[in-house]
Amino acid sequence: MPLPPKAIEDLLRQAFPQAVIHIHDLAGDHDHYQVTVLSNDFVGKSRVQQHQMVYQALQGKMGNELHAMALKTGPLPL
Amino acid sequence: MTVQEHIQQEITENPIVLYMKGTSQAPQCGFSAVVVQILKSLNLPFKDVNVLADPDIRQGIKDYSRWPTIPQLYIQGEFIGGCDIVREMYQAGELEELLKEKGILATDH
Repeated sequence: MPLPPKAIEDLLRQAFPQAVIHIHDLAGDHDHYQVTVLSNDFVGKSRVQQHQMVYQALQGKMGNELHAMALKTGPLPL
Repeated sequence: MTVQEHIQQEITENPIVLYMKGTSQAPQCGFSAVVVQILKSLNLPFKDVNVLADPDIRQGIKDYSRWPTIPQLYIQGEFIGGCDIVREMYQAGELEELLKEKGILATDH
């Protein structure tokens, strides 16, 4: 079940208000995304922890409504 | 034995375990195929577990790592990451570094 980019952005924005968020709908089918989240919430966190924080922000949609999402995370550039 | 105990045993008894869709010979998902390619390019022997063959493992591994997607790579019992993280680590040379630290790859080449 596809999820529009706006829904993803709203969930991420809620969890990471200060973040830089890029959402790219790779195939134009609302089902294959490339998502980048840059936030200072990630400072000092391992990659696994950073991705877990994003998955948590998506409230269980990853792996269900959201089938494929390539994810890139990191702190904001200085 | 519970599913969680089974997973614990599997990742402890095998130095490198990849939970994936399909097998290392015939991956059935592009994300799983990427990780297989990376492990093969490093000449690493690994145990592949096809989650499509076992619904209990498929859900159980997600619960185990609190990680919602497949593939999942484990090295010496430690959850390393999914496709994106493994690829990033590989490209940055961090995966090789980690494998050397853990004594899986030789340090002198």
